[in-house]
Amino acid sequence: MTPKRKKRLIIILSIVFGTSLIVGLVMYSLNQNINLFYSASQIANGEAPVGARIRAGGMVVDGSVKRATDSLRVSFALTDYEHTVNVVFTGILPDLFREGQGIIAQGKMDENGIFQAIEVLAKHDENYMPPEIAETMKAKKEAAQ
Amino acid sequence: MIPELGEFALILALGFSVILAIVPLYGAATLKTLWMEYAKPLAKAQFSFTLISFICLAYAFGQDDFSVQYVANHSNSQLPIQFKLSAVWGGHEGSLLLWALILSGWTLAVSLFSRGLPLDMLARVLGVMGIIATGFTSFLLWTSSPFLRYLPRYPADGADLNPLLQDFGLIVHPPLLYMGYVGFSVAFSFAIAALLSGRLDAAWARWSRPWTNIAWAFLGAGITLGSWWAYYELGWGGWWFWDPVENASLMPWLVGTALIHSLAVTEKRGVFKSWTLLLAIFAFSLSLLGTFLVRSGVLTSVHAFATDPERGFFILILLVLTIGGSLTLYAFKAPSVKSESSFTWLSREMLLLINNVFLMVMAVTVLLGTLYPLLIDALGQGKISVGPPYFNALFVPIMGLMVICLGFSSVARWRTTSVEAVKQQLMLPGIVSLATGLIFPFVYGDGFNFRVFIGISLSMWIITAVAQEFKGKFRRAKSIPEKLKQLSPSYYGMMVAHVGVAVTAIGITLVSVYSEERDMRLAIGDSIELADYQFKFLGTKSVKGANYTADQASIEISLDGEPVVTLHPEKRRYNVKRSMMTEASIDPGLFRDLYVALGEPLADGAWAVRVHYKPYVRWLWLGGLLMALGGILTAFDRRYRRNNKEKQGVAHA
Repeated sequence: MTPKRKKRLIIILSIVFGTSLIVGLVMYSLNQNINLFYSASQIANGEAPVGARIRAGGMVVDGSVKRATDSLRVSFALTDYEHTVNVVFTGILPDLFREGQGIIAQGKMDENGIFQAIEVLAKHDENYMPPEIAETMKAKKEAAQ
Repeated sequence: MIPELGEFALILALGFSVILAIVPLYGAATLKTLWMEYAKPLAKAQFSFTLISFICLAYAFGQDDFSVQYVANHSNSQLPIQFKLSAVWGGHEGSLLLWALILSGWTLAVSLFSRGLPLDMLARVLGVMGIIATGFTSFLLWTSSPFLRYLPRYPADGADLNPLLQDFGLIVHPPLLYMGYVGFSVAFSFAIAALLSGRLDAAWARWSRPWTNIAWAFLGAGITLGSWWAYYELGWGGWWFWDPVENASLMPWLVGTALIHSLAVTEKRGVFKSWTLLLAIFAFSLSLLGTFLVRSGVLTSVHAFATDPERGFFILILLVLTIGGSLTLYAFKAPSVKSESSFTWLSREMLLLINNVFLMVMAVTVLLGTLYPLLIDALGQGKISVGPPYFNALFVPIMGLMVICLGFSSVARWRTTSVEAVKQQLMLPGIVSLATGLIFPFVYGDGFNFRVFIGISLSMWIITAVAQEFKGKFRRAKSIPEKLKQLSPSYYGMMVAHVGVAVTAIGITLVSVYSEERDMRLAIGDSIELADYQFKFLGTKSVKGANYTADQASIEISLDGEPVVTLHPEKRRYNVKRSMMTEASIDPGLFRDLYVALGEPLADGAWAVRVHYKPYVRWLWLGGLLMALGGILTAFDRRYRRNNKEKQGVAHA
């Protein structure tokens, strides 16, 4: 190998090595930080892991929102019109949160089958449904027919 | 009648874009001067008709013409006039029209301020911009015309603008951001023109530089304003959410940052030429990708407008054509590029190259985190989202490495530098910054804090290294005022921008570490304490705005018994959409913000209240604006106004 070629080889090898190192690190931290989405039915069927950070979505059941009188603790039920899951959240709910509205909650399932939300997301207008929910509901509808 | 005129003007503008895309490029390829001369008047015509079209739409908004679908969906007769006019870009169709208008504006600007540019180069640049305009204007006309009517029966009143958008932020944020996004099309066009002509000398970099710097400055200012807007408007006091759409604007900014530095090296030293070309292509491609992500509705985000697969598909095609076409051209032409000088392992060139790599790695990190959920979804592997911890874990350390490198590159010389010289120059800054970082958390906080130590040390490192290099300029200067006048605007711009990086870093560090936040249930007369401040809830009253009614709370804030300020956060109910909106109330300050937002009403006149104490939060936007100011300053350099034909080849700085 000529010295020039050798130099090139070293450069190329270090680029390949550097890139794979970066990609490896990125993939590692991606896998540490992805939040899987579960529908109410999946949670009711026990598909959702207990204690892992996940996202749950559905429509807020009418008449299910209950507030504590001495703190900001709120409990409500989420449904995909087949199963429901109970959610507990302490804090301030977003402006667009209301009964009958599609929302996404981020948090963990506890041992009692209650979803402990850390964050509740409700975006857009009153007709909006997060795509995740819309899709699971559509799949339900098709399966029923 | 007026909206039809707008549509017609847009069709004419498309016609001119098509001609602009063909005639000057053909002229440049066949060396026909007359054909090339057509580029300038065509650019003017294209701009004029796009502007007419835009004014027609604004007029429809001003006149409350609810027979126009877009106006009916995004405005209302009760809306204050300034929001009626900014509602023009409050939705998908209008914001694309703004995109097209700004693109034709940049095209016009290039045709006006390019007296030094050879005719064939100008023809090619404007021609490439004409191709882009053709793509976007046809996208507008075919899939998202803002001039469609509801006829014969149109609604009596409009559906109103989303309350979140009824704010000063909507007036300035999108235009600034688009100026940046679209501005990279100029850098892109220069790169493509250079590839087409095969003239890849340093002159190309000099022509392209001021445009790129200005576009980069606008993009940075737009992102900064967007962050500020989100902070006070969304009501939870965050200033960056790693929302996919934020990421979509951050990626071109990162690549743009790499590009302006690489361009500087190319202009001054005649190296990194093919890398610079590639960056110019990437920066604009990422701008397009950003548009695709926002407009196609593939992402769940605060920015996502109505979902329409057809539109997404169209932009995707544009994206594939742009990236595919330009990279193919690059693959054929780039191998002929030759470097005009050499450099060693320790030189400013090398350090800037390393920083370029860091910036690209950051951009790729953000890109992967943003697209990964889409990829997983497309593969049918389930619905996921990537959380902020991912971005923070990768972005922050790389940023730190880059900042260290920034200090070194400030004092390093072109071509080669000795280790001794670097050591001698940076010993003092190093010690000063480490000491400041060590002492600061004891003085400001309650004890040593590792994150503050790192953040403050790095910020001081930039400031001291920049100061050291600045001082070095005066070593042989006879009179200081004389020397100050001699230094070029681009040199001052660079310093201002680098100090801006430090200011932002200080802001980010301190606001992340020392922020305090509490959500509390407050009955009338209750008070809470946060960061030594007492917040007393005095109750709410009902107030009426132009198009909303609100519950307005009074919260008295005092520090050690001394009253500071009384804040009035609101919970608004907008009449038309019947939607609720939190309007936070902020007492801003250079060293701390006090931030109060109302949650929801609870029993017996009590409210859920969120209070924040945000130290140094203004600094992160101040730094962003300094960076933008720096970018603008560089473009005022005398050497860009001189006739460029006089000095070709490498300019030795």
